[in-house]
Amino acid sequence: MKFTIGWLKEHLDTKIQDNGLIEKLTDIGLEVESFENLNSDLDNFKVAKIINTEQHPNADRLRVCDVDIGKENNVKVVCGAPNAKKDLLTVYAGPGSIIPKNNMKLTISKIRGVTSYGMLCSESELNLSDESAGITELKTTKYSDKIGENFFKNKNEKVVDLSITPNRPDCLGVRGVARDLAAAGAGKLKNISNKNIKKNGSQAIKVSITKEKNQGCTVFGSCLITGVTNKESPKWLKEKIISLGQKPISAIVDITNYVMLDLNRPLHAYDADKIDKEIIVRNSKKGETFEALDNKQYKLGNDMCVISDKSGVLGLGGVIGGTRSGTEINTKNILLESAYFVPRSIRKTSKLLNIDTDAKFRFERGIDPRSIELGLSKAAELISEICGGKISNFDIQKTNKYEKNKIKFNVSLFEKITGFKVDDNEILKILTDLGFEFSKKKLELDLKIPTWRPDITQPIDIVEEIVRIKGYDNIKTLEPEKTKIKDTLNKQQKLFHFLQRSVASKGYYETVTWSFTDSKINNFFKENLKEIKIVNPISSDLDVLRNSIFTNLTFYLKKNLDRGFKDMSLFEIGPIFKNSKPGEQLTVIGAIKSGKVSRLNWNEKERPVDVFDVKKDLIQTLVEAGYDRKSFFIRDKSPSYYHPGKAGSVYLDKDDIEPVAYFGDIHPNIVKKLDIKTEGLVGFEIYLDHLKENKVKLKDQKPNFGYSDYQKSERDFAFIVDKNFKAQDLIEIISSIDQNLIRSIKIFDIYEGENIPNNKKSIAINVIIQSSEKTLEESDLEKINKLIISTVENKSGAKIRS
Amino acid sequence: MSDIKKIKDEYLNKLDSDLNVEILNQIKTELFGKNGKISNSFKSLGSLPNDERKKFASDLNSIKEELQYKIDFKLQEIETKEINSKLENEKVDVTLPEREFSRGKIHPVSQVIDEISSIFSEIGFSVEEGPDIENEHYNFTALNTPDNHPARDMHDTFYLDNNKELLLRTHTSPVQVRTMLNGKPPFKIIAPGRTYRSDSDQTHSPMFHQVEGLHIDKDINMGHLKGCLNYFIKSFFEVDKIKMRFRPSHFPFTEPSAEVDIGYEIKNGKIVIGEGDKWLEILGCGMVHPNVLKNVKVNPNKYQGYAFGIGIDRLGMLKYGINDLRAFFETDYRWLNHFGFDPLDVPSNYRGLSR
Repeated sequence: MKFTIGWLKEHLDTKIQDNGLIEKLTDIGLEVESFENLNSDLDNFKVAKIINTEQHPNADRLRVCDVDIGKENNVKVVCGAPNAKKDLLTVYAGPGSIIPKNNMKLTISKIRGVTSYGMLCSESELNLSDESAGITELKTTKYSDKIGENFFKNKNEKVVDLSITPNRPDCLGVRGVARDLAAAGAGKLKNISNKNIKKNGSQAIKVSITKEKNQGCTVFGSCLITGVTNKESPKWLKEKIISLGQKPISAIVDITNYVMLDLNRPLHAYDADKIDKEIIVRNSKKGETFEALDNKQYKLGNDMCVISDKSGVLGLGGVIGGTRSGTEINTKNILLESAYFVPRSIRKTSKLLNIDTDAKFRFERGIDPRSIELGLSKAAELISEICGGKISNFDIQKTNKYEKNKIKFNVSLFEKITGFKVDDNEILKILTDLGFEFSKKKLELDLKIPTWRPDITQPIDIVEEIVRIKGYDNIKTLEPEKTKIKDTLNKQQKLFHFLQRSVASKGYYETVTWSFTDSKINNFFKENLKEIKIVNPISSDLDVLRNSIFTNLTFYLKKNLDRGFKDMSLFEIGPIFKNSKPGEQLTVIGAIKSGKVSRLNWNEKERPVDVFDVKKDLIQTLVEAGYDRKSFFIRDKSPSYYHPGKAGSVYLDKDDIEPVAYFGDIHPNIVKKLDIKTEGLVGFEIYLDHLKENKVKLKDQKPNFGYSDYQKSERDFAFIVDKNFKAQDLIEIISSIDQNLIRSIKIFDIYEGENIPNNKKSIAINVIIQSSEKTLEESDLEKINKLIISTVENKSGAKIRS
Repeated sequence: MSDIKKIKDEYLNKLDSDLNVEILNQIKTELFGKNGKISNSFKSLGSLPNDERKKFASDLNSIKEELQYKIDFKLQEIETKEINSKLENEKVDVTLPEREFSRGKIHPVSQVIDEISSIFSEIGFSVEEGPDIENEHYNFTALNTPDNHPARDMHDTFYLDNNKELLLRTHTSPVQVRTMLNGKPPFKIIAPGRTYRSDSDQTHSPMFHQVEGLHIDKDINMGHLKGCLNYFIKSFFEVDKIKMRFRPSHFPFTEPSAEVDIGYEIKNGKIVIGEGDKWLEILGCGMVHPNVLKNVKVNPNKYQGYAFGIGIDRLGMLKYGINDLRAFFETDYRWLNHFGFDPLDVPSNYRGLSR
């Protein structure tokens, strides 16, 4: 919503300075986006200083000047003037400028091989004098501190640009803004000067609003103006239209626009001679077409509100007019329309047809249904003044009377909501100034709502009106109470924050990537989850919701590898999507690691990252989160995007159905297809929703502290087992033999090759044996040794290596 | 007596010179071996008369101790010398780099969410969350934004179906709806999370983060709202004083509504929050609209309160001097390293928000 202060003052009697008005606007909720001079073509001419000149390499008479135009960098300008020398203050015209003398538009151009950014102007070129021998010379005394400023003073009026919230259609007209300012004490709202216009005879074109379901028009007012001479608008009107950044078209069009901007009363002018007999306001039928004023052909659906005549559709009511009945410069007779269209209908139609116009914008938000005649009067008066012609009586067809809505308002609600008190009389004054009528019954007000305020429907709306006009700075700042209703974080949230920092503490950089991704990459990681397409993606390579965190992680890892990074660890904690309904998502940590460990290290041997690196990070994270390593169970099953032989899944307990995590090498085929070039690529995923609560809490008492001081004994064993026999099973067999004596089991070597049969391997383990009751004797140890060997051999088919 | 005195003097003398381990051991044998001089003297004890024996034994013991001590001292001296000379040869260049360690980072968004949670925890708020995918009802209709409301145009929405039933939430406000439907007042929650709008340029990204706040009780008014936000902004920016401005605005789900600006100035090319005469819009808020309360089965005649929504990414940018919003989500390893936080730097009430 744009207007000039001058225009505002046509409605507001005020002594307040411009800046005071601007501040007031913001204070009452009419946000000022900008308050600036309208751009002028002459803004491109700047005071400039020549910093240096050099001979043009290819032309004797040209020089290349370094020119300070008040910006960070100087510009290079090629100039042929003999007086272009170092330290001269002159006038610079940037690319895009139009030279006043010849209306030539400047571009960035090469002059004999050297690029020139703009031009230094002579007085003649600027229409200042006939002097054309050299460039303009400005006096140092006057201009030395003005470098970069406009040479010509911008005489355009300053324009206020308001960002009007959707609830305030009344402020889409200058008068509405003035009314709000007056209510806030910034002046007095002037009365609308209502010249008594002469009206003669009835409106001769019959108008009817059909009765049908979803009829989008409830009031249609019109008048006929005959014998007009359409022409260019007078200067004052043109200037108003231009000041808002619009183009003047013709007096009739400009006047309807002006009334709309002034009173927020959209109008439409038809060439009456082009109307076939009568006006019928009705619902469209599917398939009807018409050409609109934007020169596009529209195909209509059912139930769109159209203004039609005997031959068909003339226009879409409240949205856009049609070319068939549009006014032209030679139009003689016009039918002026001032109507009310139902916001819902306008919105539906314009959405379906994808049309956005000033009229649509206003009707959609709600126009004052009682401004029909005011609009007709104002426009008819101006038309007859400027274009002549005879005005008919007004014809008003309506299916709804639009009585003023009523609200009962208990004044105490104001203090209850805002926390501060305003004197009853002041409340009444504010409401009256805003156009409310009231009758008072003790504490309760019976309020009649002005019809230009469709947003006001209940008492809370009245509170807002009063507090906004009174000023938000009257609201007290109350010290917050510290009482708690619930714990800050629930258990799942605590786990989230803990795991996040736990993974990061192992060298991983946390990243945050889009929840959507490229379906082509997602396909590698989606397994059997459903692909969830976005109907209107921001770009075709962000077309689906991610089914896995790895999708984006691998994508961005590749980008960083391309930047020259090699050994990286990245992770993200966030949602993945199983399906497209609310809640069908899981919270997952995805982490990946690339390259080598100890690359170019002076004391450690470098090697590619491998599955046991990520297994360590994963297990340690789970242990730090409070889960018991002893009960973890690892299976060698993993999703298909992992290496089939170098990946696994972690179960908190052997009997659990769902794993809590996966880890391993990323499948080499995927690495290849994504063109990721690195020595190793491994990763892990933790599914937070599958992590059950710890049975033992920190707040629970710890078990009694028990220990044994009796002597420990260590024994080493080497078993020869099948190649695919799992170390985890061996440890389980041994540890279950005697939990009171066997304190720890460590695997210290895995060997395949010489002296070991094919398809077999040797696992060497160290077992610590200790009793908590006595020092074990040699015979006790011998017994347990034998038991270990026999149990392992029996249960696993292993052979002790002799 | 004179014999043992002689032995003592002789050997103390011997022990005063520079000796090696072999000679010391030899001396040890000469004195305390099976036929050592001291050992033999002890053997002679039995043949002495009673009155002399006591005195002799006592003298002999003290001589034995003295010699023994001297020998042990000598031995230790040699050992220390040997170790020292050996250590001289073991010297390494300690300026060589230490064994590799890796240091991870927490993303600024996560850090800021933790800071926010910590601040609101202090004044009694708990954290709630909601799904990223929402249906049209929770995201709009229940929040007093019916289908034909122009305010819907202010949210460029990502849809997941052609009927526009399922969408990516455009704000965190649906969490308000879910929380109130699932519980009974009073409510005092914040809800941080991902939000989505199909908008992408220098200052907009299709995904960003918001934190929603909601406090509903019997007599919560706009003064409490102002106090809460004033407390939050001061704590978050870690300044004693903050210039704040409440401006009337409009959101369908609050009434009266406000936008909040904070004062700032530019010093040495950086934004300094809290002073200066420029205003920066940082959040939207207001009293929860009675229609919203009705929609979630809370009686608006009994309960009232406020809600607010703050852009998390923007808060982080302001506090930590990050210029480009889009960089938050581009996973540039250099950026993550530069703007990321140490995982041990956990914001908390008692040790402060930032290091």
